[in-house]
Amino acid sequence: MINALKTALSGKSAHIAAMVVAVAGVGLSGCDDVGGDPARQIGAHPALPALQQYLLPPIWIAEPTAWGDDTPKAAKGLQVHALATGFQHPRSLYVLPNGDVLVVESNGPKAPIFRPKDLITGWVQWFAGAKAKDANRITLVRNNGAGVPELRTVFLDHLNSPFGVALVGHDLYVANTDSIMRYHYEDGQTKITDPGTKLTDLPGGPIDHHWTKSLVASPDGTKFYVGIGSNSNVGENGIAAEYERAAIWEVDRATGAHRIYASGVRNPTGLRFEPETGKLWAIANERDEIGPDLVPDYLTSVQDGGFYGWPYSYYGQHLDPRIQPQRPDLVAKTIVPDYALSSHVAPLGLAMSMGTALPEAYRHGAFVGEHGSWDRTPLNGYKVVFVPFSGGKPIGPAEDVVTGFLDVHDHARGRPVGLAVDQSGALLIADDVGNTVWRVSADRSTTALK
Amino acid sequence: MFKILSATGSYSTENTNADSQHIWVRLRIDIMQELTITGTSRNEASSLPATKAGQRPLHEMLTPFPFAYFTAALLTDIAYWRSDEVMWERFAVWLITGGLVMSALLAIVAIIDLIGGKQKPAGLRVLTYVVAVLVALFNVLIHSRDGYTAVVPTGMTLSAVVFVIMLAAISGGWALSHRRLGAKQ
Repeated sequence: MINALKTALSGKSAHIAAMVVAVAGVGLSGCDDVGGDPARQIGAHPALPALQQYLLPPIWIAEPTAWGDDTPKAAKGLQVHALATGFQHPRSLYVLPNGDVLVVESNGPKAPIFRPKDLITGWVQWFAGAKAKDANRITLVRNNGAGVPELRTVFLDHLNSPFGVALVGHDLYVANTDSIMRYHYEDGQTKITDPGTKLTDLPGGPIDHHWTKSLVASPDGTKFYVGIGSNSNVGENGIAAEYERAAIWEVDRATGAHRIYASGVRNPTGLRFEPETGKLWAIANERDEIGPDLVPDYLTSVQDGGFYGWPYSYYGQHLDPRIQPQRPDLVAKTIVPDYALSSHVAPLGLAMSMGTALPEAYRHGAFVGEHGSWDRTPLNGYKVVFVPFSGGKPIGPAEDVVTGFLDVHDHARGRPVGLAVDQSGALLIADDVGNTVWRVSADRSTTALK
Repeated sequence: MFKILSATGSYSTENTNADSQHIWVRLRIDIMQELTITGTSRNEASSLPATKAGQRPLHEMLTPFPFAYFTAALLTDIAYWRSDEVMWERFAVWLITGGLVMSALLAIVAIIDLIGGKQKPAGLRVLTYVVAVLVALFNVLIHSRDGYTAVVPTGMTLSAVVFVIMLAAISGGWALSHRRLGAKQ
């Protein structure tokens, strides 16, 4: 405790807020809240411990620090370079047909203060560098093929917490936190001049707890699938605030009309079509504050009309007592997600490996960008993993592809968010703490041997 | 103990224009004090000189605030329990927070009273009051959980416990100290 106080007083640690909270309640918190091996929670059948409720919820986000000359560490056979740096909180990436990379620089709208806890949460996020000013823009980076940018322009500005981007023909769609906008785009264009037309409104404020709206167009281009996160951790803002949220919307491209394609998905932050089967897959961030190993975040195929549990239950019929009144009718039909990624890893980026020029081991599967935990000891996530697929389904444990976002002191030099596969087949990673886009390609020294 | 009684007595006489409601409240306080004070005759107490303004402990002004906040928190907890309406849950956690902030102010002012040297802590009542505040501190953490279990059943139970303990603490009057015997009048 004394060491903890010293650390807090020296101002050297992002644990400060957590420590202050801990000091305020000395002796009230249990010390056995350490998470187990995340490997036990990866795959189709995660081990789910008993639910625990905290007196003092753990808050531990890795303190941000600089990369310096260092880079993330890639798995064997891969190499990492910075494609471009100096962004303002880059959250997601989109590759245009000509190879230009769109970097969505965005941050959430100001969170309302409903409870004293919200003040403390805001303070902690500020320490963790998550309160960067919202740039609300998309920057275009043109790659000369060798991974070195030759052009960089502000592509589209004055957006409203944008996240998802999708191009259909010559229409570029941007999912702001409160609407989908359409802009005319010509091949090779480096700046959008079209003022834009609104396709549809999306659930935005006034709370907008999970603000990122992921977006993917159906392979035939007639429909969009939009990930709409919940407005709370577990319904504590009232169930009325969750109207049409915690869901994946299907939006008609011609009319903007929508229907709920799937629901009970707390925060579907990435949506992609699996190339082999053409099925829609999603990554989702599950609920907090019931233990370091609850609830595992997941990767799942999305069934039309499916209900995935939130907020009433998780992983099937595991009831969450924090929501009242309960809905046994919904709990009964809750679908168990396909693939657990382990708890609190915060998956925020999904890319199918279609078209990669990475080594054979990475040709069939899904890359997942794990932003990293903020309420778990030890930290979990803070890396990019690869889930191998066969026949359109995951077939093995997730492998670390890019790590090293945390330094030896558990300080975060970066945190991976959105992913994309560029025209050359390299994997791109948006890093919203290092404010960099990383490019992962096959290591030339090893591919040359092939 | 009798010093407080005399203080209350003087308070009554200084406010002759007070309306009947005030008199009623004061009467009730007098009765409560009468009940808690034993071994002190009424005559002995009232024979003491009337207390002048400025001689009452300052912290007495603040003692009712935490009690009022925590009582309101119990009521809003019950409202949440009956309605599942999150507004009441939010009221409750802010009210408990407000009660704790006022408790901190109260502690500062009470220390100032003690530094003045004319007051000494009323042991059991101070202890009871402090226990109530500590339970409330515990309770604000429970209330900071998300959703239903922030209130039902633990949070609401603790609110009730705080209410009962604090009621016991202040049943003898708002002052948590008494005048030092021999202190200058």
